Parts: sequence; C-alpha cells; structure tokens
Amino acid sequence: MSKAIIKTENLSFSYTAADGISPVVLNGVDLEIQQGSFVAVLGHNGSGKSTLAKHMNAILLPTGGKVWVDGMDTADTARLLDVRSTVGMVFQNPDNQIVANVVEEDVAFAPENLGIPPQEIRSRVDEALKLVGMYEFREHAPHLLSGGQKQRIAIAGVIAMRPRCVVLDEPTAMLDPIGRSEVLRTIRLLNQQQGVTVVLITHHMDEAAQADRLVVMTKGRIFADGPPKEVFQDVEGLRAVGLAVPETVELLYELRREGLDVPLSAISDAECAGALKALLQSSPAPERI
Amino acid sequence: MNAILQTQKLTHIYSAGTPFERVALDAVDFTAYRGEYLGIIGHTGSGKSTLIQHFNGLLRPASGQVLFEGRDIWASKEHTRTVRFQVGLVFQYPEYQLFEETVYRDIAFGPKNMRLDGKEIDRRVRKAAEFVGLKPDVLDKSPFELSGGQKRRVAIAGVIAMEPKVLVLDEPTAGLDPVGVSSILSNIHDYHVANNATVILVSHSMEEVARSVDRLVVVSDALIPLEGTPEYVFSHDAELKSMGLSVPQITRVFHHLREMGVNIDPSVYTIGQAKAVILAALGRKGAV
Repeated sequence: MSKAIIKTENLSFSYTAADGISPVVLNGVDLEIQQGSFVAVLGHNGSGKSTLAKHMNAILLPTGGKVWVDGMDTADTARLLDVRSTVGMVFQNPDNQIVANVVEEDVAFAPENLGIPPQEIRSRVDEALKLVGMYEFREHAPHLLSGGQKQRIAIAGVIAMRPRCVVLDEPTAMLDPIGRSEVLRTIRLLNQQQGVTVVLITHHMDEAAQADRLVVMTKGRIFADGPPKEVFQDVEGLRAVGLAVPETVELLYELRREGLDVPLSAISDAECAGALKALLQSSPAPERI
Repeated sequence: MNAILQTQKLTHIYSAGTPFERVALDAVDFTAYRGEYLGIIGHTGSGKSTLIQHFNGLLRPASGQVLFEGRDIWASKEHTRTVRFQVGLVFQYPEYQLFEETVYRDIAFGPKNMRLDGKEIDRRVRKAAEFVGLKPDVLDKSPFELSGGQKRRVAIAGVIAMEPKVLVLDEPTAGLDPVGVSSILSNIHDYHVANNATVILVSHSMEEVARSVDRLVVVSDALIPLEGTPEYVFSHDAELKSMGLSVPQITRVFHHLREMGVNIDPSVYTIGQAKAVILAALGRKGAV
C-alpha cells in the first residue's frame, strides 16, 4: 500500500457555541487516505463530512485527536503553509472563491502568492484553464459567467498551485448534468493522469460510485468504508442513515425483493443493463416468492 | 386545460449595447396551465432562470409579453404588484435571504406586505409552516439557529404563506441529502394538491423531475426546443444530450439494454416503471 497523504487519528471536533453548549460534530474519526487514491465521502446533511474536509488543510483544527498531512501535524502553525500547498480545497459555492475581475488573474492569484516566477505562472494558468475547459474564457469577467463555469475557474485556481491532494466539498451541487460530468471528468483526469489524490465530498450517489473508495459518515463517525460496489450493497443500512443508492442498485434491490437473482454490485449503467439482460435471458423465469 | 401563466414572443437581452450583450431569451412562447405540476430543465446559462424571473415581473421583457390569467403583468403598477403575490418565486439557496429575528416573522413578511389582517397572517404562517414540516416550537426561534435544511424550509414557507396560485421553485433541493430531497418534494406536492396550485419546478436532476412532474419544458440556447410529458421528452435522448442535458439514470440503463439487443420498452424513467417492465417481460417469458 502506498503511503497515507492524509491521516486522522481519533479526530474529534466540536464548535464552541455562544450559549456554552458545544455540539460534537466529529466524534473519533480514524481515516487514512492513500497517496494517489480517489476517495468519495458521503453523508447526510449535518453528518460531519464538510467539517472533516475542513480538517484536511487546517481550516479547522481538531479539538481532540490529530490530523497529519504528509506527515505534518496540521496543528503545527510553523507548517501551515506547507500543509495548505499540499492539500488544496474547492468549495460548494464558486462565488465565495473568486477574487479577481478577470478569469486568468483569478487563476493566477494563488501561484502569485506562492512567489512563483511570472513565466511559470503563465504556463500553469494556461494549463489549468485548459484542463477545466475554460481557456477560451481566460479574458472574461468571472461575474458574467454561469455557476458551472465559475466552479471550473475555482478548480483551475486550485490546480494552478499544483497541490498533491485536492479536497472538493460538494463541487457539483449547483451544476447541470453536463457541468457535473465535466467537473467529474476533470477530477478523474487530475487523479489518473496527474496522480493527484482526490477527496470528493458529495451528495450524488452516481458520483460517489466512480471513486475507488467510498467513506460514509453519519453523526460524526464513519459508518461504512470500502469500494463503492461493496458499500452500496447495504441498501437498507444506507437508507437508515438518510442516504440513497444509485438508481441502478435501487432497481436491482427491488427486483431481488421480488425473489429474482440479480447482483447488487452492478453499479454502472452498462453493468446493470448486463445484469438485467442475463436475468431476462435466463429461463425459465424464476418462481416468485 | 386553461392557461394561467404565458409568455408571448418573450425576448430578454443582458448587457444590451455592451460588448457582453447576450440574448438570454429569444421570442419564447411558454405556457403553464392551471393546476399542473410543470418541470423546467435546461443547462447552466440556457435562459431558464431568466425565464422564471419574468414570471412575476422581477425582470422586464426587452420585447414580448408575460400574461397572468390572460392579462399583461405590466398593464399597470397595481396589477404588477398583485401578480407578485399570485406568482411566488423561491430562488436558489433561498436560505441566504432570511433576515428576520424569528422564524415566525420571516414567514409573515410576505402576508404582511399583502396587508392582510393579523388573524389571517397568523393562520397563513402556521399553515405554511405545517406544509414544509416545521414544528410550531421552531416559530419562535431565530432562523439563524437552524440547520441549512430547516432554513430552506423557512424560506419556502415564506413564499407559500402568500398562498400563490403559481409556485415557482428554482432548484429547491440543491445541496440536500436524499432524505431532505424526498421530504421537500413531498411538501411541495402537498401544497400543489391542497391548493390546486400550479407548481413550476426548475431542476438539474433528471431523476427528480422524472418522479415529480406532469409535464416538462426544456430551455436551451434562449429557446424552448422541446416540451411534453416526461415520457415524450426523455425519449429524445440524443437531442437532450446535445442541449447539455441527459435522461434519468434508469432510462440510460434501458437504452443500454436495447443496444444489447434486448427487445424491451425503453420509455421508462422511474424505478417503479422499470420494475414493472422487467417483471412483465419475465411474466411473458414464463407464460410461453
């Protein structure tokens, strides 16, 4: 196994409320994210998944336990810059992430702050904009772009820092299907071609299904952890924690309840169609229970 | 069916006269019928948000007309004001628009502007809260103490409390988990049934519109190139793709099945339908 780029050890976190009551958001999370992997994190609203994400580049610091980024303790303020240039964050709302009046200046913002030479910045900005498919908009004003386009600019801004890990907190929540698939394709490209570790926080089951590994959070703890094919087989368990499964698995689950022999592991469209074809061509029809 | 809300040759242009000039709507004819549950789909930047902002006069057409119950909504200042109470608009992420000290006062804001009496306002606030599943004890809290999902419910209740004949919601489920999505959709459905209200749901989720609406309108490149029942619209797989949209996941699975040479009805867009089609196919086979 390759080494862990992010590691949490008995991580706990509670917000300090004005009335003195501190709601516990994370409650003893042990998680290791391997270098180069693509991990999706699912969880209902309030499950603690965004809070977990914010610990991955020291936006939040643990109130209990430890978080290590590439061996660095995130609570060590001397290493803060190193932590943040190792792990980049992309948030849900692109409007809160865009700072400049021109697209390419926005993408250049972070590398400029890292003190990278202008020539190098130019090539990084162009490369990042091409990767997210926004190169032809490089001289546009971000506020005149659509939500989906702005989100891709925000991703380009992070990529331009060349982080080894990118954490995306529901980056597609506001996008249309094409925007979503473009962002997803960008994420996979980053992971597979550039070897960047990706942590994707999402509500979309079909996005989670594309990851190598799926972590399900509930009530500040890890509820399930494994390959999507395995995790999604627990249809009832996931429903009990406020989640759903992809439509493919849901149909197969419904058919199994009718006593039919279909595998719950056929997650993708093609796999599901294959399983249905095999079912329809198996003869004679199985008896109903 | 009779029309409640229509646009005739509606055109809207952003940044007119500047280098960024862009036609967002190009002579669009749109109709919503009384009491229907209508879905609007379109990719980001297609013009769908521009379209719905014309429904209650937030935007003024560059040319063309918007008619509510047959009358131009811009006919008089007074009429425009009336239409704003009859056509309720819930924006994307409406929870960012809460501002009052208590949930009760926030929901009461619309009815108060309608100059209703105190008793009627109270009835409407409580009724609206009930529709969106907010318990009475939440009414006295500050909206800012609530979770994101609850804030969203407060914002929707604020529009429902005006008891609009047409309720327009722009992605009301964005960012919610599956349980939150189901619950908000069923709240909206309850309002639709109880008031025989027209509901217009703007969504990016094909699965969501597939299981909610009676009719679908597709907005693409400032036009409405496709509309009809979900079954009809989702049978246009290739056209939808070219417009930056897609069909529900389960429909894609059935298209795959067809491509694999399985003779099966592909006009399936919900899990329930898919299950019925598969069971029927097996039944037929068993009978042979």
